[in-house]
Amino acid sequence: MSPRLVPARDDSVRRTDHPLTVTVDGEPVPGIAGQTLAGVLLAAGRTAWRTAGSGAPRGVFCGIGVCFDCLVTVNGERDVRACTRRAHDGDAVTTQSRRSGDPGDARAGERP
Amino acid sequence: MRRRSVVVVGAGPAGLAAADTALAAGADVTLVDSAERPGGQYHRMLPDAYGARAPEAVQHGYRSFERRVRRVLDHPRCSWWAGAEVWALERRDPGGAAPAAPAPSCPPPKVHVLAPAPGGGPRRRHVLEPDALVLATGAHDRVLPFPGWDLPGVCTAGAAQALAKGERVVVGDRVVVAGTGPFLLPVAVSLLEAGSTVVEVVEAGARARVARGWLGRPWELGAQAGKAGELLALTGVLARHRVPYRFGRAVVAARGDGRVEEVVTAAVRADWSVVPGTERAAAVDVVCVGHGFTPRLELPVAAGCALRPGPRGTSEVYVDVDDDQATSSPGVYACGEITGVAGAPAARTEGALAGWLAAGGAPRAGAVRALRRRRDQGRAFARRLAHAHPVGAAWPGWLRPDTVVCRCEETDYATVCAAAQDPTATEARAAKLATRAGLGPCQGRVCGPTIAELRHRHGTGQPPAGPTDPGSHHRPLAQPIRLGELARPPAPPAPDRPDLAHLPPEESGS
Repeated sequence: MSPRLVPARDDSVRRTDHPLTVTVDGEPVPGIAGQTLAGVLLAAGRTAWRTAGSGAPRGVFCGIGVCFDCLVTVNGERDVRACTRRAHDGDAVTTQSRRSGDPGDARAGERP
Repeated sequence: MRRRSVVVVGAGPAGLAAADTALAAGADVTLVDSAERPGGQYHRMLPDAYGARAPEAVQHGYRSFERRVRRVLDHPRCSWWAGAEVWALERRDPGGAAPAAPAPSCPPPKVHVLAPAPGGGPRRRHVLEPDALVLATGAHDRVLPFPGWDLPGVCTAGAAQALAKGERVVVGDRVVVAGTGPFLLPVAVSLLEAGSTVVEVVEAGARARVARGWLGRPWELGAQAGKAGELLALTGVLARHRVPYRFGRAVVAARGDGRVEEVVTAAVRADWSVVPGTERAAAVDVVCVGHGFTPRLELPVAAGCALRPGPRGTSEVYVDVDDDQATSSPGVYACGEITGVAGAPAARTEGALAGWLAAGGAPRAGAVRALRRRRDQGRAFARRLAHAHPVGAAWPGWLRPDTVVCRCEETDYATVCAAAQDPTATEARAAKLATRAGLGPCQGRVCGPTIAELRHRHGTGQPPAGPTDPGSHHRPLAQPIRLGELARPPAPPAPDRPDLAHLPPEESGS
């Protein structure tokens, strides 16, 4: 247990949660309406979901849409910044890799 | 007489204030921000869907902020474009690329915006042609590389803050907050409030220098005195939670198998050279780091605004503005962190001045004189902060040859140094192509200032570009745009505001 959502009953901002579910590589992951996809993934205990060219795992770094470390594919749309995209119920998230040969190798098309 | 139209880019403290005073001066205002709610990084708001009944619990100065938001967004002359990104500015001065001195009567650049379509679907392209443009794009954390900074669990201080304040997600259980600057304090306090254990806050600057910077010569603080008081209050919160606030130490490595498990800090001297034998490891699951801020300059650079170097001893550059917050580019104003980092109160003052004058408000009204005075105090505060929290020149001492410098392309320190000494790649562009550093998806936003600094340090070839060279901030596309979005014809400027539409309506079926 590491990253997590502050439980609604303890939250000083007195919020009301509306649950939603996204899938990540086919696996259901619960979240609440209003969270970003990065927030959903982190709160589900996932700290990494992209693979860099060397095979190194990556997750959230800047959290505000600047670093592009947290890119995912959402409902077939590639290179979406998970930290700035709100989660919608039923979103199909697939993870991305820049390691050559991996499924979803983003650089396959860049090479001559 | 036709009303003046003002486009404000960025709805943080500076942009909101600019929109507010531009409306007060009688202009039509279009306020554009990439987030769904106004506030920027400082007033990061909770999503509507959370239905928060006490949002003020995590917001400093929430009431006055909320009043301003309502006044601006509900104003009949304000068009609020949420979730919209300015992806390009198209200069209208003749010569485009590099005119020496465009005519002062020349209109500001056309503003190319990608905005969500009402009711969903692909984003739509819009082109705005305002009478004046106010840029308030803010800044993001600067993070110096260190071994292991690419491990999951290492994030910017801003990321931890955005997740805690903006969506009530805490990044981890045991956290070290490190780097330099006053921003480390509110981040640590947000993490504590949300339930993390903050192991320590590690400030690389020396205690005496930081204290002198914040509190010395208090009569010069003026309107910024509140900021110094706020910092003291935050240190009080740390003390109550028994969180050590250590000076003269820096994070020199993060370690772990697939994610951070341990952070190594060490004592550093005034120039941030590591004192041997002072390394200490702590078990953590997150390290939040910030070494000051990098202004977001791609739009000012695209608009042709002249830049100026930051205070002596710093490597950042900022937008050069005059006494009216006007840039060197006709009709373009700049305010907030892109003109110098001084915090939210100073940004609000600059924004208020920029918005009023951009809208054609009387330049010598009594209230404007007061704004100018407060703005000057804000600028002095920016210099004070920069002087209190300089980045020490010897920081690369904690790098190893295989330390990743460019996170996107995983270019390491040894490769960057070798390229800097390569006589066939003396130009930054050639080195970029050879090393791929800065060519990845972030386009050098994260590593740009660092690569420029390392090349300057290790270079043997041509002298580096001048301090105000837009170099690493030059990005013709300010935001990624998909080919399909580019191919569609532009939609009217404001679908809900036909009076502002300067273009024929979008063709049916597109």
